[in-house]
Amino acid sequence: MAIPLATLLASCGGQAATTVSSTIGTASSGAGGSSVQASSTGASTQSAGATTTASSAATAASSATAASSSSAATSAAAASGARGKAGTLKMLFWQAVTILNPHLATGTKDVFAARLVLEPLFTASIDTGQLSPVLAAEAPTQANGGLSSDAKTVTVKLKPGITWSDGEPLTADDVVFTWQYVAEPATAATTVGNFLTVDKMEALDPLTVKATFKGPNPSWFSQWLGYNGVILPKHILKDFIGAKARDAAFNLKPIGTGPYKVDSMAPGDLVVYSINDRYREPDKPAFAQVQLKGGGDVVSAARAVFETGEYDYAWNLQAEWPVLQQIMQGGKGDLVTAPGQGIEQLFFNMSDPNKDVNGERSHFGTPHPILSDPKVRQAISMAIDRDTMAKQLYGDTAVGPTVDVLSVPATMKSTGVTIPHDVAKANQLLDEAGWTKGADGTRAKNGLPLKLVLQTSVNSLRQKEQAIIKQGCQQIGVNLELKTVPADVFFGGAAGDTDNVNHFYTDLQMFTSSYTSPIPISYMRRWSSVDPARDVPQKSNQWSGNDYTRWRSDEFNSLYTQAQTETDTQKLADLFKKMNDLVVSNYVTTGLVDRKQADCKAKWLKGPNIAVFDANTWNIADWTRQG
Amino acid sequence: MAVRTRTLATAVSAPVRTGALTAQRHRTLWGDVRQRFLRHRLAAAGAVAFLLLVLATLLGPLVYHVRIQDVDFAAATSPPALAHPFGTDDLGQDILARALWGGRISIAVGLAAMLIAITLGTLIGSIAGFFGHMADTLLMRLTDVFISIPQLPLLLLIIYLFRDALTKRIGTGAGIFLLLVGVIGGLNWMSTARLVRAGFLSTREKEFVVAARCIGAPAVRQITRHILPNVVSPVIVAGTLAIGSAIIAESTLSFLGLGFPPDVPTWGRMLFDAQNYLTIAPWMAIFPGLLIFLAVLSINYVGDGLRDALDPQLVV
Amino acid sequence: MTTYVLRRLVVTAPTLVVISMVVFGILALAPGDPLSQFASNPDVPAEVRLQIRHDFGLDQPVPVRYVKWAAAFVRGDWGYSFASRTPVSGLILQRVPTDLSVVGAAYLVAIVLAIPIGVVAAIKQYSWFDHLATTFAFVGFSLPTFFTGVLLILIFSVHFGWLPSIYNTQVRAPGEAVKQAIMPIAVLALFQTASLARYTRASVLDNVRGDYVRTARAKGLAEPAVVLRHVLRNSLIPVVTLMALQLPVVFTGAVVTEQIFRVPGIGALLITAIQTSDTPVVMAITFVFAILVVCFNLLADLLYGVLDPRIKYT
Repeated sequence: MAIPLATLLASCGGQAATTVSSTIGTASSGAGGSSVQASSTGASTQSAGATTTASSAATAASSATAASSSSAATSAAAASGARGKAGTLKMLFWQAVTILNPHLATGTKDVFAARLVLEPLFTASIDTGQLSPVLAAEAPTQANGGLSSDAKTVTVKLKPGITWSDGEPLTADDVVFTWQYVAEPATAATTVGNFLTVDKMEALDPLTVKATFKGPNPSWFSQWLGYNGVILPKHILKDFIGAKARDAAFNLKPIGTGPYKVDSMAPGDLVVYSINDRYREPDKPAFAQVQLKGGGDVVSAARAVFETGEYDYAWNLQAEWPVLQQIMQGGKGDLVTAPGQGIEQLFFNMSDPNKDVNGERSHFGTPHPILSDPKVRQAISMAIDRDTMAKQLYGDTAVGPTVDVLSVPATMKSTGVTIPHDVAKANQLLDEAGWTKGADGTRAKNGLPLKLVLQTSVNSLRQKEQAIIKQGCQQIGVNLELKTVPADVFFGGAAGDTDNVNHFYTDLQMFTSSYTSPIPISYMRRWSSVDPARDVPQKSNQWSGNDYTRWRSDEFNSLYTQAQTETDTQKLADLFKKMNDLVVSNYVTTGLVDRKQADCKAKWLKGPNIAVFDANTWNIADWTRQG
Repeated sequence: MAVRTRTLATAVSAPVRTGALTAQRHRTLWGDVRQRFLRHRLAAAGAVAFLLLVLATLLGPLVYHVRIQDVDFAAATSPPALAHPFGTDDLGQDILARALWGGRISIAVGLAAMLIAITLGTLIGSIAGFFGHMADTLLMRLTDVFISIPQLPLLLLIIYLFRDALTKRIGTGAGIFLLLVGVIGGLNWMSTARLVRAGFLSTREKEFVVAARCIGAPAVRQITRHILPNVVSPVIVAGTLAIGSAIIAESTLSFLGLGFPPDVPTWGRMLFDAQNYLTIAPWMAIFPGLLIFLAVLSINYVGDGLRDALDPQLVV
Repeated sequence: MTTYVLRRLVVTAPTLVVISMVVFGILALAPGDPLSQFASNPDVPAEVRLQIRHDFGLDQPVPVRYVKWAAAFVRGDWGYSFASRTPVSGLILQRVPTDLSVVGAAYLVAIVLAIPIGVVAAIKQYSWFDHLATTFAFVGFSLPTFFTGVLLILIFSVHFGWLPSIYNTQVRAPGEAVKQAIMPIAVLALFQTASLARYTRASVLDNVRGDYVRTARAKGLAEPAVVLRHVLRNSLIPVVTLMALQLPVVFTGAVVTEQIFRVPGIGALLITAIQTSDTPVVMAITFVFAILVVCFNLLADLLYGVLDPRIKYT
């Protein structure tokens, strides 16, 4: 185009940085069993000057009473005013909303926006994993007869008296219909992964749903949890299943049971909501109108809340900590954080990315000439200064440095492995492994120089992480070349994209992977190779396998298979911890920083609580103006 | 438009016999241009400034031994001081060292890309404007195609197709340099082509050109000796503007992951990295921005001088 | 002249077809995946991914996809966005008013400012005005728009609090609407004025020393008349070229500025679509842009003939 190339591309710079978050891997569980019990009470979320309230998911769930408030955080966030008295709420997402049907959406921002209108059966706490009911009356357990003893069927009752915003009643038929809608392949629903274990679903009566699974399923709730499990209205969408799904006006103007309804929706720009008069809690929500604007970049979004006060809530502040700190001095807002954004991880390629085998590289059978030696991997892991990374780059937007790949809920967090930042020891390890330092500082062994390539997505934070890792490598004699790939290509799945995470055509790669369920079984698929033809990315499966590192461990595979059907919560948690320890102690993947979700809100805004396996807007009915 | 004729080409090469006439130096078009250019104060100053910049970036890193990639958070975002004359950035790296080192790349990319764009544009515009008919139609429609292409996907495609092959053959640095320069230059010639063609259309029918045609001057001679020097003015402007935008374009490409690796400190990249730190550490942006500005400004005055030197009616 | 116009029009259709093929080919072959969400989601099994690709029509060979697209386009069906699953034409039309009011306004401001500045700078070459204009032009040009945008926001929104930094289409009061448009228009206009002023200045300089100008002055014509009636018209050719090249760009909007100020224009739509590989949207916008380019280039060519009667179209 005749626009000077510079200006056209300069924009992409800003935008490219912003596409990272939506492509962070999300995994929800897909198999197995029983409800998750947690002993700890809801932990409070920490942040600089944040006023987020403690998640009382645990308290609400453990009381397990029917007809409890739909929002689990019933503590200080209780509505102080009557419905609609708090005026307009202006929210800012730096990625614009393009669709409002979570089952067809491809970005987190879309589902967060839809969550003001649509609701699932359950939500869950990040810290404890405890479920709390939203549209369901209570969480089914073996004790109350909701769960069968073989963990193959679950029966759940809906709260009575709930209606859609157009007046039709919410019934079990809607729940069953949602499953049919998503499970139909022609719909091309993006949440279908959560429904794969469901064998059939039926409505026993207008308020009771029974789901039968193909096998014992510890994650019986995953198809009804959070933003992956919102219930769709049958009476509106019944003609829009399959290929017709994309024609539904519902996609841009959904009808739901939530506190708000959509007034207008300009895709890629602005969504305007007003109160759903038929919402089941008569004194909520407090805000009469919500305006959700999208676009731009992170830093200016933060400025709009902290410095100029033009907006009241901004989402997902992925920016360097010193920059955020500076902006926070504007004083008009507070940071809202919660753990569970995912762990920034470094993956080691067990196969050789430079050897071509029948037109593909990083072939499962070719061991990496350098990284196959665990001592080298260990040395590199030890040379990385995680503390500095977490403190200088993330500050309060990270829980801290970590070496693990699992951190939430708390029951899954292992303390079994430690990797100290010890450059001297790392050098020693490499000396022992036979790598001698050359004149230019790079080590070599039998003529092979210790040169590696690290790839990651385009994102200024990640580029700085790369700089820190590179410096660490320099200190131990590893020559590290840095490579950046545009986020859309890096996380893309097209078979021709050789620069993406599935191909892994470099020696190292780094990104954040996270999950959306308290039982992260699908997340652990990342390291399983139970069926190599299916699990290892290669040409024959169009690179759709999950074992990016091409690691093969029979021990891990057996743990993984066990975890898919283990119904005892304690044993399940132990299995996950063992899997984590196996991955980390073998230096197949090493954690770097345990990131927090970081949003921000105006000082006068009360109510946001993002410590949930759900959209950050899940409890918007409780948001209100202070004082 | 200004008219430049070859009337001053008469040179007395044989020694003069009569005493009344004094011998005149042999004058050529480009000799005149050079002389007039040097007398143009601002142009000379611009040329000197640019030369100094180039020398600084070439020789500076040999003299100033601070490393460019020393990450040191303790010294992060510290203002200009004796230890760090340009201050440090958010990773604690010395800005002066980075500016000197990266300047080579920025200037090289800027000049090379500009040369490619201008050459391509002038070539295409000249042929289209001079020959008309089918050549004009084909070339101008080609120009339309290039203008309509969305540049970002094209860039992704080119990089994806050629980066690995090039870097394997001639090394990462040179490979990426060639790719960048080719891409920036190859996607920016269109406005120059149209400007040149427009100039040709109007100059082609002027009397002196018609005269040259009449006496049998071949096309190439007509183009290079007669028409081009009169059409060169917008080309020079385009050229000077193109350098600045090439420098910035390089930074954006590298930022997108399509150019140099993120630790290569080109000026445009330094400017890009600094945009979030304007209130915290403004020197992170001021120095690279100033350098880009100086480079572009000095080239501009050189261009001005060139333009004036080529204008026969300007009395210097 | 009419034969020339007819000939150009005849060539237009094949040109557009070629452009559409080239663009479609590039988009189809370039790396990037509208399903990038799923690559890192281990939960979406291969069969589902393949089904989604089929639903988007991505599993068919490129020529087939092209023909389908072309056939639909001429019928007025510009395709469905992968991200929003709504018709692309609706998405584009929704943004045209905003685009015109911000980008279009900036374009006009740039023309209104640049031409007088260029002319005066040329006539008073090397005066203080010229130097000021030159420096200003080069500051505007060597600083990328993402930079000037951020700078303006810091000064006027954060520090002084005079102007809003985010464009809100819901704003109804005309005072507010103007306030929120000032900065994006200023950033855009600065950039465009800089280059247009330089070209104008160079072109006027070329003409201002012609014999006919001297004659006009000798005749006793006042300086403004000399400039406006004689010099300007002849200097306009490169300026017209640039303006014709710039006008279609108003349609695609100014990507950077729209992003910084969150103006929901077509540029923002385009760049998001490119980055999420939302091919139908990119294709539609690019093709409309191509149509505009071809049309305005034809217009510019015709204008040359009007401005300079010596130009012959054979």
